[in-house]
Amino acid sequence: MKFRSHTLDNGLEIVAECNEAAHSVGVGFFVRTGSRDETDEVAGVSHFLEHMVFKGTPQRSADDVNREFDELGAHYNAFTSEENTVYYASVLPEYQEPVIDILADIMRPSLRDEDFNMEKNVIIEEIQMYADQPPFGMDDKIKEIHYGKHPLARSVLGTEETVGGLAVGQMRDYFESRYAPNNMFVAAAGKVEFDALVKQVESRCGQWTAAQAPREVPTSQSKSSFQLVTRASSAQQYILQLADAPAAEDDRRFAAKLLATIFGDDSGSRLYWELVDPGLVESASVGHYEYQGVGMYFSWASCNPEDAAENFARIEALQKIAERDGFVEQELHQAKSKVKSRVVLGSERPRNRLFNVGGNWLQRREYRSVADDLQVLESVSLADIHNVLRDFPLTQQTTVTIGPLESWGQA
Amino acid sequence: MTVTRQVSQNDIFSHRLANGMILVGEPSSSVQSAAITLLVPCGYTTDPVDRLGLSSLVCDMVLRGAGSRDSRALINDLEVLGVERGESVGASQISFSAATLAENLTETLTIYADMVRRPHLPADQIEAGQLVCLQEINGIDDEPAQRLMVELRHRTYPQPWGRSSHGTEAGVMASTADEVQAHWSRHFRPNSAILGIAGNFDWQQLIAQIESLFGDWQTNNVPAIVETTPALGDSHTHHEGNQCHIGIAYPSVPYRDSEYMRAWAAVGVLSGGMSSRLFTEVREKRGLCYTVSASLQTQLDRARVLCYAGTSSERAQETLDVTFAELLRLREGVLPGELTRLKARIKSGLIMQQESTSARSGAIAREWYHLGRVRTLDEVGRLVDELTGEMINEYLQQHPPQDFTFATLGPTPLELPSEVS
Repeated sequence: MKFRSHTLDNGLEIVAECNEAAHSVGVGFFVRTGSRDETDEVAGVSHFLEHMVFKGTPQRSADDVNREFDELGAHYNAFTSEENTVYYASVLPEYQEPVIDILADIMRPSLRDEDFNMEKNVIIEEIQMYADQPPFGMDDKIKEIHYGKHPLARSVLGTEETVGGLAVGQMRDYFESRYAPNNMFVAAAGKVEFDALVKQVESRCGQWTAAQAPREVPTSQSKSSFQLVTRASSAQQYILQLADAPAAEDDRRFAAKLLATIFGDDSGSRLYWELVDPGLVESASVGHYEYQGVGMYFSWASCNPEDAAENFARIEALQKIAERDGFVEQELHQAKSKVKSRVVLGSERPRNRLFNVGGNWLQRREYRSVADDLQVLESVSLADIHNVLRDFPLTQQTTVTIGPLESWGQA
Repeated sequence: MTVTRQVSQNDIFSHRLANGMILVGEPSSSVQSAAITLLVPCGYTTDPVDRLGLSSLVCDMVLRGAGSRDSRALINDLEVLGVERGESVGASQISFSAATLAENLTETLTIYADMVRRPHLPADQIEAGQLVCLQEINGIDDEPAQRLMVELRHRTYPQPWGRSSHGTEAGVMASTADEVQAHWSRHFRPNSAILGIAGNFDWQQLIAQIESLFGDWQTNNVPAIVETTPALGDSHTHHEGNQCHIGIAYPSVPYRDSEYMRAWAAVGVLSGGMSSRLFTEVREKRGLCYTVSASLQTQLDRARVLCYAGTSSERAQETLDVTFAELLRLREGVLPGELTRLKARIKSGLIMQQESTSARSGAIAREWYHLGRVRTLDEVGRLVDELTGEMINEYLQQHPPQDFTFATLGPTPLELPSEVS
């Protein structure tokens, strides 16, 4: 396992974890752009653009793009988040160059009018699909309430209105301002031929021009609140909570992840034993998510509507007990075993390593090996966890609940 | 390049215990992990007709303490061993899967042997188990696509093969502690149980451990399942929402059929990769929906192709019509370019499967269930290499997509195609 990196003259970085023993290679273009970089006028454009990138280039039609990826037997896709747009593919090692050829080419898409109009329908279908599924748009709503005017509050999907009203010219302008070579990088993992990779990327991307692609990273001013949204046709009641947590550049994030595991992992955690094991809820869990300048604990519970207020009270009580009494060594030991095992098991697939290598480079421009992660997890003490709990209390959170309930009873 | 030149040379071993339990293993010294898949013949088809969901309840209950460990110790000890686990109830089996670091395999197996052979099934936790099962049943009501597929499977399979794995509220709530005990005792048995293990371990040592853990497990025989025709209601289920969900099913051949590879390839042309027919015609060319797919779902003796599309109500009729037209067009055969892409995808899929011991343990256990033996990836690769367009087209002539079953779920019903033969 060896880390290699190189920067082209136009600022495009290439980073790779090379593993001779791997069977495949995972490669991706990571663009530092997402919904947090949008304005009201173009809400949802990052995600819509991600779809449009597959719609062809001056050299390739949309059909060509799909067909050529499939001819390589590639496992490929893309995703958009609040702050990144990532295009990736896993292929057999002999297809490293052809897959780079397609990926590099589609990073300079044609953005044709007719494709734009057709794909807009697909995006609206995607928005409608999520609107019909739990948590029925409340994942966006809770960010809006918690973060207010902070850019992280912006929805990745946008709405039918904002996406419906987008013009292709606005997308082209957004593309020009965000997809500069110095605002993206190429990451690879697995059986990578690194020297060849540099040449392959340089010959295709070397002539791209650098441009300013600034991002605002204001501090967030979050506040606690509670909101009930009634959706008569739901069967279950859903409770979402969002609390502040260590951000991507904060070393306390490892302790935060272990804390979330002890308190709210989907198995063996405090929430599990209190709520899931006795069958009081369908699910209850907490995860830690890191962004630039902002971190969050995102909690989720779903249960029968008539039990919701009581279950919510149980969750609040557990949060208070944790803050008052802290955790014990055995819980930390169990959480460490679990998280460390996940790190090792996940690392056997180059595709997983690609996201790990790419994620660390996105957030901190750093490389972390599996051994680095295991070591830092091992070093977290109970005192570290308690400090995080003190600095980022679980009880200071925004709560949104959606379901058939019209009022919240005793809560 | 052919598939066979690149896939694993790992040997796959099998061992039959005197009580009929099968152990299949694929050792590999190049990984740090080991994964197990344990198939126990207690699927949802074994549920008594007035206790639908009993197997699902038993699956929950065996985790609530076993051997020397109570409920909490069992879960906690697995977590300290770093075990990533999962359980699912299928038509014929409950599948227990667990992956961990190779050095923890021995201890993990000891706990799983307790779980299937010496569960406490504590009567004072039956209610909790029932509630867990009930929550899952209720949760599906909020997942329209999942609900639709439950209904489609109900309509296309003879009973009990098309049941929902979760059962019904009535069935779960009526089940007693004694019934859980009796159901476990009847169906958790070594004859028909299969244990697949992949990862870094020594095969001979593994056999010795499995013999010691499971060798004295007593066999039991159960009566064969009797098939009945399901009572069908309206093919449309009313559901308030933005989208309409469309399901179409038609019969295919099961895994052990000599023509399975051809049937599987034909479905791959329909749905597999973004250049496949359904994705191209329904989504890319017409922008009708976000999700459209088809897959070949196989049981031991029967199989179906299940198609799904979800779209807004105003586009639903056209989505149904275009999707259905593609199923009919498949009868005309596949094109050489489609076959080339298909082979490339299968090949990389087979090779990348080696990068996950979890995937391999599941694959070898299921393969034994279907075939009574396990082929190496090398052997499967050769079959893929030998596949020709003529072979697939011949299959499609003999087994054209037909005898369709439909189900829709959404705010308004759709007009179903009348040309269904």
